[in-house]
Amino acid sequence: MGARTLERRRHRAAARWAAFTAGPRPLVYVGMGSCGLAAGAGEVLAGVQAHIAARRLDVETASVGCIGPCYLEPLLDVRLPGRPRLSYANMTAELAVATLDALLAGELPRRHLVGRFAADDGWDGGAVPADDDLPAAFAAVPRLADHAMLAHQVRIVLRNCGIIDPEEVDHYLARGGYRAFEACLGTPWRDVVDTVKLSGLRGRGGAGFPTWVKWLVCREAGSGPRNLICNADEGDPGAFMNRSLIEGDPHAVLEGMLIAAYAIGASHGYVYIRAEYPLAIRRLRSAIGAARKLGLLGECVLGSDFSFDVTLKEGAGAFVCGEETALIASIEGRRGMPRTRPPFPAVSGLWGRPTIINNVETLATLPAVMARGADWYAAHGTERSKGTKTFALVGKVRRGGLIEVPFGTTLRSVIYDIGGGPTKDFRAVQTGGPSGGCLSEEFLDTPIEYETLAAAGSIMGSGGLIVLDRDTCIVDTARYFLRFTQAESCGKCVPCRVGTGHLVGILDAICSGRAELADLERLERLARVIKASSLCGLGQTAPNPVLSALKYFRDEFVEHIVDRRCRAAVCRDLVIYRVVPGRCTGCERCVQVCPTGAITGPRAEAHNLDVDKCIKCRACYEVCRFDAIAGDAIVIESRGQRAD
Amino acid sequence: MTAARAPRRSARATGGTPSADPWPAIMRAFPGDPSDLVPVLQRAQNALGYLSPDTVRRVARWLKLSESDVFGVATFYGQFRFTPPGRHRLRVCLGTACHVKGGVQMLETLERRLQVGAGETTPDGEYDVERVLCLGCCALAPVVTLDEAIYGQMSVLRLQEMLDGRTHA
Repeated sequence: MGARTLERRRHRAAARWAAFTAGPRPLVYVGMGSCGLAAGAGEVLAGVQAHIAARRLDVETASVGCIGPCYLEPLLDVRLPGRPRLSYANMTAELAVATLDALLAGELPRRHLVGRFAADDGWDGGAVPADDDLPAAFAAVPRLADHAMLAHQVRIVLRNCGIIDPEEVDHYLARGGYRAFEACLGTPWRDVVDTVKLSGLRGRGGAGFPTWVKWLVCREAGSGPRNLICNADEGDPGAFMNRSLIEGDPHAVLEGMLIAAYAIGASHGYVYIRAEYPLAIRRLRSAIGAARKLGLLGECVLGSDFSFDVTLKEGAGAFVCGEETALIASIEGRRGMPRTRPPFPAVSGLWGRPTIINNVETLATLPAVMARGADWYAAHGTERSKGTKTFALVGKVRRGGLIEVPFGTTLRSVIYDIGGGPTKDFRAVQTGGPSGGCLSEEFLDTPIEYETLAAAGSIMGSGGLIVLDRDTCIVDTARYFLRFTQAESCGKCVPCRVGTGHLVGILDAICSGRAELADLERLERLARVIKASSLCGLGQTAPNPVLSALKYFRDEFVEHIVDRRCRAAVCRDLVIYRVVPGRCTGCERCVQVCPTGAITGPRAEAHNLDVDKCIKCRACYEVCRFDAIAGDAIVIESRGQRAD
Repeated sequence: MTAARAPRRSARATGGTPSADPWPAIMRAFPGDPSDLVPVLQRAQNALGYLSPDTVRRVARWLKLSESDVFGVATFYGQFRFTPPGRHRLRVCLGTACHVKGGVQMLETLERRLQVGAGETTPDGEYDVERVLCLGCCALAPVVTLDEAIYGQMSVLRLQEMLDGRTHA
């Protein structure tokens, strides 16, 4: 299929997109990303569909990706003819049906309404009526783009997520999809590299290496076949940017791969994706099928002399495979262990051929960069870090979800303006996952850049941003990450295999009140040795969580050791459960749920909790806080007990 | 409590005992190149529920690898298991967000109630208890999954209620 056929298809796509955004029939959109599904979007959609069938309503339904505010899931959007798309949050099937019925009856339900699409937000391609043409009631609904969580964002990578149906290539085409790649096809590869160079795009997987440098090295490495690999092995616990992006806009990733492949002269591409992401795999597979049908993948793409096809490779559960050489070993069917570099994969990679490995987000950014120009892209962000970055904002934060902000935005703006602030007092923010670090309050006004985060002792990483409040123990968090890297260490080099084990051992001792102050020096020294002598990025960055915690929260380590106290009351060997006699209503609910019979008491009198029998399972604490007749009388506290 | 269901994909639905021989389909799907080892093992485990010594032998012979090569690769990756799966799979997410919101207590509750450790199967073959590092629905932390159903914002009490409901059913 040639370029002309694709042009004809674009006309059909435009018509289908118009029907989707401004068609004559009411349309219900349900956000069906993994996060939405986990929150119950499947039942919402099924409930609405059953209702439509039972009442024979003239209403269509559609699934879209995730627009980002996970804490509002499941989200249900409804668009009536001539009206803007309205978004309703935290839906259940019953609520969704009631909301739909009310809207069809001409009412405008306010409960759960979070906002509306607008003519000037650019989301629906101008199909939305202008505010002046709307009935007053609709015009008075706040724009979704002004929602606190979205207002501070700049959505370039996520431009289509939650807006289009990710299974519809026509929607992607109608929003200008594959035009950027078509334009590239008509230009020399060097121009593409130059544009990317001018845009300042750097690798979004975490290290921030300039994308164009890698490309150029690969392009100039011999004349044989080259490979492109899209790294979708998103392994950081607490990070889901890539998954959400693939689920919401798979064609953007494919178009980015096409652009990159054209620039480096690759004939074959692989997407290495976590097997734990079944929905993303399904969406990508369907997108690849659609692109092949349109002649965008395969021999002689769009009738040109450029050929490129894509194979999906499911990762089998090894964090270290996010490292480039380990990933290559894994695709080749071997144990996913890294090797020394050089040679760099750009010179000798998969099957010994020059290979470029780019992150999902880097690739999905390319269509926007090529379509709107390097200058436009570089106008976002800062001098050293251009453009935007997606983050998974999670943890103890009020508004959690997937966000995209320009580089240079401060951590404070992200956590407070977008995230609504921590649930309780702020303690720290963790960036970069197991390779990153915990930053204290003094860094809140730090602009987010690759360099600033590295200077603070953390890293950008792939984009996990975990907010920790005063109920989170910094020592326990550092131990958590070390346990993770220790378990995921491939075992090839000694510093990482043995060293991380010892780090965990020392942290275990600190968390259980068995450590001495000299252990802090051992911890620090060992951490530096591992950092300096490990073979690959996993080991080299594994000590970061410990080092940064020691740097900014040393007093908490000392407190664990000297006072045997955990101020967040998290480290279980340092806390006790206690009944506050004055508050206890004697309801016996805790007695019923205690699995070890540690709580006794005659009814209607303050209960007694035997600390020797207590296994600290939390059941009594929960029931005492949430049961109506209980008095919130059970506390978990760490009073400390000075070491001798 | 919310639950989302998706179609089952593995042999687990049939209790790990597939009715048809999956090998012809697997051997048609791949050219038999040693580099296909990981996807071949994935297909085999999907169809058979786990990798038995017999499966490993068969794959080794077909791809012209040694059995120790195949075991070496299979044991490297967390996805593969070498014992038959239970009828139901309970997974506790211990990603960062779930960890700071009490995921460990969820796992301990399961271990205590079912008398197994993480990574083990109950003696009656009813449940696998597994820990998983991030299911990617961090906004719902802590998360526990039962087969394909995801339970968000879990608590010790709700987990106990869920188990009670199942044993009484």
